[in-house]
Amino acid sequence: MVHELYQETILDHSKRPRNCHAMADADRKAEGYNPLCGDKLKLYVKMEGDIVRDASFEGSGCAISTASASLMTESLKGKTRTEALALLEKFHDLLTSDAEVGDGLGKLVVFCGVRDYPARVKCATLAWHTLKSALNGADQPVSTE
Amino acid sequence: MSTLTSEILTNFDVEKLREDFPVLKQQIHGKPLVYLDSAATAQKPYAVIDAIRRFHEVDCANIHRGVHELSQRSTAAYEQTRTRARQFLNAASDAEIVFVRGTTEGVNLVASSWGHRHLKAGDEIVISAMEHHSNIVPWQMLCEARDARLRVIPMNDRGELILEEYEKLLNPRTRMVAVAHISNALGTVNPVAEMIAMAHRAGALALIDGAQAAPHLQVDVRALDADFYAFSGHKTLGPTGIGILYGKQALLENMPPYQGGGDMIRTVTFEKTTYADLPYKFEAGTPNIAGGIGLGAALEYIGGIGIERIAAWEHELLRYGTEQLERIPGLRIIGTAREKAAVISFVIEGIHPHDIGTVLDLEGIAVRTGHHCAQPVMDRFHVPATTRASLAFYNTFAEIDKLVAGIYKVKEVFA
Repeated sequence: MVHELYQETILDHSKRPRNCHAMADADRKAEGYNPLCGDKLKLYVKMEGDIVRDASFEGSGCAISTASASLMTESLKGKTRTEALALLEKFHDLLTSDAEVGDGLGKLVVFCGVRDYPARVKCATLAWHTLKSALNGADQPVSTE
Repeated sequence: MSTLTSEILTNFDVEKLREDFPVLKQQIHGKPLVYLDSAATAQKPYAVIDAIRRFHEVDCANIHRGVHELSQRSTAAYEQTRTRARQFLNAASDAEIVFVRGTTEGVNLVASSWGHRHLKAGDEIVISAMEHHSNIVPWQMLCEARDARLRVIPMNDRGELILEEYEKLLNPRTRMVAVAHISNALGTVNPVAEMIAMAHRAGALALIDGAQAAPHLQVDVRALDADFYAFSGHKTLGPTGIGILYGKQALLENMPPYQGGGDMIRTVTFEKTTYADLPYKFEAGTPNIAGGIGLGAALEYIGGIGIERIAAWEHELLRYGTEQLERIPGLRIIGTAREKAAVISFVIEGIHPHDIGTVLDLEGIAVRTGHHCAQPVMDRFHVPATTRASLAFYNTFAEIDKLVAGIYKVKEVFA
């Protein structure tokens, strides 16, 4: 049962997060905070025109939020701003709706188990909330509350 | 172990007591529930559930007004809880027992009513580094409104308040000292009798947040010489939405009402209202009658077991639990005070408390994870959050073994 939530990919990315570093030449930055668990996350995005060229993050959090940030930064590269925001919506649906929403999410479907743990949805969405604020250019830290 | 303690432990029939708690008889994710979150809310015995049900089925009426039979019965049952709470706290008079929604409202009542009448610019309020947000924020709000100063007693690395530092904070401007009897995040039992005496020597009043203490140790407000003492019904086996604020009569008399409305008045005209006597002056509106009656049943139930026996059993659980958890590699207990109640807060290297909480939940084990409404405590120990197992007298040694096995499972998943 525990592995339906903590799928292998999630455990792998939580133990060895990808793109987990600061980015000196990022042109968009945003901070996210989950007051419920104290998780903090800094997100860096480098745009080339309308395309996300690079993305990275720093922060400390639970396995779900770390893996989510890691997999998010991987999946963003090469996407346009619109595509990235559409992916966010799709990811949100995966976590919160009962409908089948696997299409177009790629590796991100590993988070499907989170929907059975409502208390953990915010862990999985912290990075994505932060992305939204980075792409929209807001510089206030976002909070999941 | 004293002879008395060993006698208590030998005769403590935990399995029989567990029969009184229907919630405990269930499976979570296919495993028997192991409930280790009593510091958040305690489970309710049939005695409480039945008293509330009986009120709604048999006696239900509003109190303090009707002349009819049901109202008389409801009033008597509700007021009986006031008497039980007075006995439970060893207060001098029922007039000193004010019904509130919980500890939080008790603190807010004092901060608002006493504070706005008596606190002046430049005055000081002292709280401690281990307070729950509910014993921080109301004082912060008051200090802001009155241009008063909030001062904080620091603690050491074991999670004990440093009394020498407390002594230094006390001065003629100190008007109120507000501290927890037991820390919800650390389990520390504070030396409140001594701390109250120190406050009094400085000419200040003392309010004790008894939310974590009431269900676990004998509280005697007169022996403590507490000016105010608040606790919550739901942590004391009663329902949510009801609690008790004790205040010394002379102090309560010199405080304005907290809220206006029905039940707290003597006479009302459009020109002037005169207020009811204590404690009704502080009880505007129809109260949580069912909750009050449930709390009365809870206090009676606790009295039936005996708080001394409860404390002895929990103390042994704490000793055993601490011993077992300390053996787990990479696990660190946060809060190692010499005087502790049955709360074990811990962190495990490299594993976030929320992941620990979720994996334990899948094993049927309910613990609390997070900052426990005590963010300054987390900051003090440089952790974002902890996992907290809080024990009650209905817990068993076998459940602690399950917790230990659960933690090894956590470590296996995140190895």
